[in-house]
Amino acid sequence: MNAHRTLFGWLQATPLALVMIAFLVAPIVMIVIVSFWGATEFSIYPAFQFDNYQFLFGSPVTYKVFLATFKYAAVTWALTLLIGFTVAYFLAFHVRSQTMQIALFLLCTIPFWTSNIIRMISWIPFLGRNGIANTALQNWGLIDEPLEWLLYSDFSVILAFVHLYTLFMVVPIFNTMMRIDRSLLEAARDNGASGAQILRHVIIPLTKPGIMIGTIFVVTLVMGDFVTVRFMSGSQSANVGRLISNDIALLQYPSAAATAVVLLATVLIIIAVLLRFVNIRKEL
Amino acid sequence: MMSKMRYSRRSMLKGGAAAVAASTLPAPMIWAQEIKDVTLRQFGTGVSNLNEVGQKVKEDLGFTLEMTALDSDSVTQRAATQPDSFDIADIEYWICKKVWPTGNLQAMDTSKIANYDKIVGIFKDGKLTPESVIAQGTAPHSVGFIEKPGATGFADEPTQWMTLIPTIYNADTLGIRPDLIGRPINNWSELLNPEFKGKASILDISSIGIMDMAMVCESMGEIQYGDKGNMTREEIDKTFAIFTEAKQNGQFRAFWKSFDESVNLMASGEVVIQSMWSPAITAVKSRGIPCVYQPLEEGYRSWGGGIGLSKSLSGLELDAAYEYINWYLSGWVGGFLMRQGYYSAVPETSKEHMSENEWGYWFEGKEATGEITSPFGDVLAQAGETRDGGSFYDRMGSVACWNAVMDENQYMVRKWNEFIAS
Repeated sequence: MNAHRTLFGWLQATPLALVMIAFLVAPIVMIVIVSFWGATEFSIYPAFQFDNYQFLFGSPVTYKVFLATFKYAAVTWALTLLIGFTVAYFLAFHVRSQTMQIALFLLCTIPFWTSNIIRMISWIPFLGRNGIANTALQNWGLIDEPLEWLLYSDFSVILAFVHLYTLFMVVPIFNTMMRIDRSLLEAARDNGASGAQILRHVIIPLTKPGIMIGTIFVVTLVMGDFVTVRFMSGSQSANVGRLISNDIALLQYPSAAATAVVLLATVLIIIAVLLRFVNIRKEL
Repeated sequence: MMSKMRYSRRSMLKGGAAAVAASTLPAPMIWAQEIKDVTLRQFGTGVSNLNEVGQKVKEDLGFTLEMTALDSDSVTQRAATQPDSFDIADIEYWICKKVWPTGNLQAMDTSKIANYDKIVGIFKDGKLTPESVIAQGTAPHSVGFIEKPGATGFADEPTQWMTLIPTIYNADTLGIRPDLIGRPINNWSELLNPEFKGKASILDISSIGIMDMAMVCESMGEIQYGDKGNMTREEIDKTFAIFTEAKQNGQFRAFWKSFDESVNLMASGEVVIQSMWSPAITAVKSRGIPCVYQPLEEGYRSWGGGIGLSKSLSGLELDAAYEYINWYLSGWVGGFLMRQGYYSAVPETSKEHMSENEWGYWFEGKEATGEITSPFGDVLAQAGETRDGGSFYDRMGSVACWNAVMDENQYMVRKWNEFIAS
C-alpha cells in the first residue's frame, strides 16, 4: 500500500520533472559544456579547455562590465523599491474601497499592454537633444543649452529600467500588504505607535517577502538585459548581456557560454544571499 | 539591345519590354511547368532583400522566392552554421571569405551565366579600368573564384568557378548635416574633430567600423597602415587607443547598429557627422532634411555583395537558381537598385530599365534634368542637382579599401568589445 502510494507520487511529479529537465536543466547543462569548447572564426569544436574562462577573468573589461551591471541593478533596485513600495502602500492602505483598489491597480498595468521595446524606444524622441523635454525646459527658460545627458547616458538607461520594471515591484509588495491583518495596525496604534513607527516596525517587516520577490524579479531582469542598455545608451555602455550578445553575433559561442555561466552563477549567489534574509516559502 | 531570338518562351508571351531578357538562357520545356512549384529560400542583409524582387521573380520566372532579411552578423552566423536553412545566400564578399571555408556553399559555373562577360572588372580581375590600382581590404575578386568545385581556398585569378555572383555594391563615406555644420568637410579625420564633440557617431559592426576607424586614423596622420584590410595587432591597438580616448572625451553621441538607427540619429540632429550607408542618406533627405554623402579626399570604403548557392542545392532547384541569377543580372533588379543609389554588377543591362535622366544622375554623375524619385516614389533630387561624389567611375575609382576580415579578426573583435565597454 505504502509502496503503491510512493509510486503514485512519483508518477504525479513526472510530467513536470520531465518538462523541467528538457527545458531548464538540459539547456543549462549544454551551456556549461559548450563553455569549455573551442571556437574558430566560423565554427566551434568540442574540447575541454579553460581558455574562455581564462580570457574572461584575465580581461579588465570583464570586471568593468560586471561592475557596470551591478551598478545598473543596484540603482534600479533602489529606485523601483522606493517607487514600488510607495505605490503599493498607497493602494493598500490609503485607498479604502476594494473596487477602487482594483481599478487603480489595473491602471498601473496599462502601459504593459504595449511591447517592452516600444515603451523603451518612445523615450528616445522625448529625451533627445531637440526632444520634448529639452524643448520644454528651454521654452520655460530653465536652461539655455539642451541637456546632453538626458539621452544616451547612464541616466537614460536607468530611467528606462525603472520605467519598465517598477510594476514587478508593485505587484508582489501590494499582494503581501493586502494580506496584512488590519487589526495589527490598530493594535500598534492603540499602543501609541506613531505612523512612522507602524511603518517601520509593523508594515515593513510583514512586507518583506513581497519586497524580496520584487527584488528577485528586478535584479534578475536588469542583470540579464541587453536590449535596454544598447538602445538607451546608444551602444555607448555595456553590461554583461551585451558582452554575451556581441560574442554570439560574432559566432564566439563558447566564449558567450562562459560569460553566461559566470553571469548565472553571480545571479544565483545574489538570490541565495537574498533568500537568507527572508524565507519566501514560509510567507507565501 | 539583345537579339530577339534569345527571348524565353514566357517573356515572348508577355511581350513587355520590362521582361526583356528575363531569362537569356532559354528554359528547357520539360520543367517550364514544374518550376512553378519550386520555392527558393534566400536570406541576406536588408539592402537587396526586397519584397519587390520576390514579386518580380514570381511574375517573370514563375517560381517562389522567399526572402529573409537579417543583419550582417546574423547572416554570417546562418551561412556558417545552418547550411540547410537556405538555398541562396545573399552575402557580402568579406562574409564569403569567412564562410566559404566551411564548405556550405557551392561554386557556380560561369559558362551558365549569360552576362558573365559584361560583369564589371572589379569582380573579375579587380580592376575597374585597366589603369586602376586595387584597393586594400577584402577586394571582391580576391575571394570571387576557386580553382575547381569543392575547393575551400580561393583562386588567384578568374576561373570558371565563381563563389558569389556579384549583385550589388557601393562606395561608402561619411554622411553629414551641411545645415548644422556650415563649412566644407573634406577629410575622414573630421569625424574626431573636437568641434563635433558629442555629435559624431560610428557604426557598431566591428568588421565595418574598424575600416572607418582606419580611414580616420590614417587621415589624421596618426597611423600609416601596411594594409588597412589586414592590420597587425600593433595597428589594431593604436587604432583603438585613439578611438577610446575620443570616446572617453565624449566625442560620440551614440553608436548605431541598424540602418534605421543611423537615419534617426541624423534626422533628429543628435548627430551631425557619422559613418552612413547610401540609402540612409536618401531616407534622411526624403524627410526634407538636408544630408550629404560627403566625398572625402582619402577616398571611399567600399563593399560588395553577391549571391551564393547552398551546397545542398541540386536538380530542378539548382536550375531554377541559375535562372534566377541570370534574371538578376539581366537588368530589372539592377535598375531597381541603381535608382536607390547602389550599383549593379552589370550596369549596361540596368540602363534599359532606367530613364535617361535617372541613368545620367545615378551613373554618369550628370545634373538631373527632372525630378529624381526612388522606386518607392520618394523624391530624392530636384532638376539641376548632381549626385554626391559624381559618376560611377569617379566614385568606384577612388575606393581606398574594401570591407574586410583580417587574419587578426578574433583579436580585433575582442578589442572592439573593449572599446564599446570602455
